Amino acid sequence: MRRLILFIFFISISLSRIFAQSNDDCLMCHDDPNFKAKIDGRTVSLHINPKSFTSSVHGSLDCVDCHEDFDADDVPHRKEITKVECGNCHDDVQELYVECLHGKAKAKGDPLAPLCQDCHGKHDILPVKDHLSAVAPMKIPFLCGKCHREGTPVQLQRNIPQDRILENYSESIHGEGLLHKGLVVSATCVSCHSAHRILPHTDTRSTISRQNIAATCAVCHAEIETVHRQIIRGELWEKQAHILPACVDCHQPHEIRRVYYDYGMADKDCLECHDNPNLITSYNDGTSLFVDYEEIKNSRHANIACSQCHSEVNISKHRPCETIETKVDCSTCHAEIGSEYSISMHGSLAAKNDENAPTCKECHGTHGTLGKLNPKSPTFSINIPELCGRCHREGENAAVRYTGTEKDIVNHYTESIHGKGLIKSGLTVTATCTDCHTAHKELPHTNPESSINRNNISSTCGSCHHGIEEQFEKSIHSPLVSDTDKELPVCFDCHSAHEIKRADTEGFKLEIMTQCGRCHEEIAETYFDTYHGKVSQLGYTKTAKCYDCHGAHDILPTINPESRLSRNNVVETCRTCHPSANRQFAGYLTHATHHDPVKYPFLFWAFWGMTGLLLGTFIIAGAHTLLWLPRSLEWRRKLKKMHKERSEPSESNEENKKEE
Amino acid sequence: MSLKEKYVLRFSRLNRGLHIFMIISFLILSLTGMSLKFSYTGWAKVLSKFFGGFESAGYWHRFAAVIMIIVFITHIVDLFRVKRKEFGSWKGLLIGKNSMLFNKRDWKDFKGSLKWFIGKGERPEYGRWTYWEKFDYFAVFWGMFVIGSTGMTLWFPEFFTNFFPGWMLNVATIIHSDEALLATGFIFTIHFFNTHLRPEKFPMDIVIFSGRVPLEEFKLDRPQEYKDLVEKGELDEYIVEQYPPIVLRGMKIFGWTALSIGFSIIIWIIYAMIFVYR
Repeated sequence: MRRLILFIFFISISLSRIFAQSNDDCLMCHDDPNFKAKIDGRTVSLHINPKSFTSSVHGSLDCVDCHEDFDADDVPHRKEITKVECGNCHDDVQELYVECLHGKAKAKGDPLAPLCQDCHGKHDILPVKDHLSAVAPMKIPFLCGKCHREGTPVQLQRNIPQDRILENYSESIHGEGLLHKGLVVSATCVSCHSAHRILPHTDTRSTISRQNIAATCAVCHAEIETVHRQIIRGELWEKQAHILPACVDCHQPHEIRRVYYDYGMADKDCLECHDNPNLITSYNDGTSLFVDYEEIKNSRHANIACSQCHSEVNISKHRPCETIETKVDCSTCHAEIGSEYSISMHGSLAAKNDENAPTCKECHGTHGTLGKLNPKSPTFSINIPELCGRCHREGENAAVRYTGTEKDIVNHYTESIHGKGLIKSGLTVTATCTDCHTAHKELPHTNPESSINRNNISSTCGSCHHGIEEQFEKSIHSPLVSDTDKELPVCFDCHSAHEIKRADTEGFKLEIMTQCGRCHEEIAETYFDTYHGKVSQLGYTKTAKCYDCHGAHDILPTINPESRLSRNNVVETCRTCHPSANRQFAGYLTHATHHDPVKYPFLFWAFWGMTGLLLGTFIIAGAHTLLWLPRSLEWRRKLKKMHKERSEPSESNEENKKEE
Repeated sequence: MSLKEKYVLRFSRLNRGLHIFMIISFLILSLTGMSLKFSYTGWAKVLSKFFGGFESAGYWHRFAAVIMIIVFITHIVDLFRVKRKEFGSWKGLLIGKNSMLFNKRDWKDFKGSLKWFIGKGERPEYGRWTYWEKFDYFAVFWGMFVIGSTGMTLWFPEFFTNFFPGWMLNVATIIHSDEALLATGFIFTIHFFNTHLRPEKFPMDIVIFSGRVPLEEFKLDRPQEYKDLVEKGELDEYIVEQYPPIVLRGMKIFGWTALSIGFSIIIWIIYAMIFVYR
């Protein structure tokens, strides 16, 4: 197009050359640096530097190609010279300009409206790619800044919604790249606002409108979706930009940094209404819509703009929030947590619209949400039992619905080693509800995905008790070692789930034997027939119990040379309590029974020998005694009679004595 | 001097003293031992606590065992003195008329007793020691040997396993505990009956503490011994006066305590064996 026009011009100019002025003719006068004229009362230099003109993009053109429509021979030019219309040649650019804010201002006769030459210059226009060009990237900020900087008439008198544009830009990551690093591909004013079609952000056609800003940014940040997963779930981003926060919600225009900015673009707009403590819903149910901004400022989301969570706002509306239809979806930013929650028990209940199902805000709160490391947060480790207890305490909603075997969970936890550590000792690293059940993906233990599933519990406990997990994995109870159809024990089989006791307390030590005995029934029973077992049964922990000999988490079969009870180690094991134990001492049968004549004939016969002696003695002596009984009764009567006879004379005797 | 006030001295001061120590040590041994044997019962746990825990109970048990061994040794030493003073020779002590060893006369008395029980004869004329008293006496010897030896093995297992295999400790445990069951069972039923609960002595015979039997009763109970003493003209040597009532009351209290503990143990054992046996 441009070429065609140039071509037509070239032809017409060539034809008119005979009558027309040549450049040399013009320069005869305009070459003089002192050539000035008074126009509208102002003295204006009319000097043209032929050198800079010839090296400019328009150097091959004649003066009259642009300065049309006047009688060149009439010197001085008495007829008013029409202004140069760049659009005659650059009609495509002209079209854009006419639509844009600058062009419209010009059309309205705004004296501050920039014209082509205000940016591009006049006779010395250089190609854009020439770094000396007035519109070279390095110069753009200052070029635009001529008007759009603090204190200029444009900034003061025209409705420009942004402050300190040039200053902010120069400190932004783009400005730093361009101005401090000389990186000419950094975004400048025109990269976002375009060069000639500058439109307000409220105009949907604008490159910086909410709908288009993502595309604009993506011109340079083409792969931002793939690397920016935390915030934007790829496919939604450009297609449904109205749902998601736009780039500028987080990265403020002109101040773009790799960090969030402390002021959302719309917060103050929202607060215009929501700062009012008396603001209530229009549904007449009296729900307050007051937003305590202080609370937000002190919250984890202090640097998050209202519209980042309350998306779907439409800034072109008087009430931008009237377009909001869906509730705040935390998973927009917290995508991973959201997907965990959705498969959790809480999440699946929430999906069924269960009224008891907790959503994000039940635990985390709303505007005042605090990080889990903040002691005031309900999700701070020490506060978690109380938080979960709100529903899971005996008698509360969740506890009532729960059909499993665990009872009085919160109290049991509080009394457990974990609970005491957390609540009494204030040890914040102690396991609390979420450490075992996870914070967002809690599932019933029957679910194979659950952190407390039989198959996963050792790694769950092992996340803190790593050393124990390592030992356990090598033990006979580990599925990695024992290939069996029987159910192998896991942490909670011995330690319980919520009542977990310190392993060095009396109670635990005594209970553990019955725990082992649940599977090792016979061996536990015979253990209780021996001295160790009997003392343990009395409630004392000083004698050997299962784990004293077999180990606790590192139990190995006795045939394993590494076992504490292998031939090489057993005497040493006995010596932990019996310092002078010898090999024969280790031959003591710790699980002996006298009921098995095949396995333990000596014990069997010793027992029955003794029992026979006992029964024999009792039968003979008992029979003797029973037979004696009737005669003895007879004898008693005889003695009584005798006593009676004796007692009477003895009394008279005493009387005689006294008389004497 | 009335006949009623005449008492015959039946047990020496030393023997009475030994029997008191025997009672004390035997009761402690039974209580502490049974608490372990029947550890699965509630009463055992309470008993164990009463003795200050199983460890403390163990010390009580060994302490009482030492007392009993001292009692036993003292008796053996006393036998030498008795031999020298009363019998003059071992022959006199062992096979004399008043020997503790079983002899023909005991066999005769035993048969006579059985006849008397079934109404086919008169009460035998028992002598210084009856056959059941002799049985009790030797039961102590047997018990001392069986329970004492196994007890020492269990007291010092590390030492004894230098000579015996480890399973002998299991055997020793069974023998020790079952023989103890026999001993306590026998003492607290048969012995108690024969000496105290027997209707003619009911409820208690404190002769073992006082050592004194009314002469009239003695005549009836041990006619043979009485006859022998009269023949020898030694009866007067044995005639003594009864202790004052306050001393007798003390003896009765002690006796009652011992009896009650013994009966309690029997009840606990029966309860454990019938209701919670395992």
